Amino acid sequence: MTEKKLTLALMDPPYESANSTTAFRIISAALQKGIRVNVFAYEGAVCLPLKDQTPHANPVKNTTIEEEEHPTTKAFVSTLLEIGGEDRLLTWVNCGLCVDERGATNAVDGVKRGSPADFLKMTQESTNTLVIPTK
Amino acid sequence: MANYLFIESRDPFESRDTRFVEETATALKQRGNDVTIFLLQNGVFASRQNARNSNLAGLAQTGIRILADDFSLLERGITTAELVSGIQPSDIETLVDLLVQRDTKAIWH
Repeated sequence: MTEKKLTLALMDPPYESANSTTAFRIISAALQKGIRVNVFAYEGAVCLPLKDQTPHANPVKNTTIEEEEHPTTKAFVSTLLEIGGEDRLLTWVNCGLCVDERGATNAVDGVKRGSPADFLKMTQESTNTLVIPTK
Repeated sequence: MANYLFIESRDPFESRDTRFVEETATALKQRGNDVTIFLLQNGVFASRQNARNSNLAGLAQTGIRILADDFSLLERGITTAELVSGIQPSDIETLVDLLVQRDTKAIWH
């Protein structure tokens, strides 16, 4: 295996854990190095690319939406897919059953639907696999 | 001989099961493996010199490589000068390099 490929399994839902931020940082750094990345989003992580997320103002600080610049996880996922570019360095697969359970079908462009069988295939084709579980 | 990469995200003062990583890393090192512990998120709290009951200094003396994520340190106001001897500040790019190193087993905790 000459091409380096990294697979990550994510499970945390958005806005729940620093694990999501770390996962985004790992994916970004790998893509910047030209490493192909597979993401299998499982359980609550299928909501990370949910298109229905909206940024909000902060009434405590009295800041507007624009001033707050509230980061949404869907924006992170979209940006990472863009960094992956036309070479599709990043493949993001949402677990279909997890999506259906959560009604999270409205994902940003570029996100695929799959099953744990896809995760198995990803791991078999990868240099390494990192599972980031919920605590 | 294999490479083992432990990614420790937990604060030992909140999660006593961080001992699992310390004990497993030690056992693997004693068997001749190359072992790295990468501290990130709340895991970096154990890297401070004034952190009581941290066993990281002892682990570093056994030849286990211990790295601390600079982003996590910065978020928590921990400076490089505060780190236990033997712990090196590092970054996410280094973690990625370690992850795609041949024959590396990565364990997130």
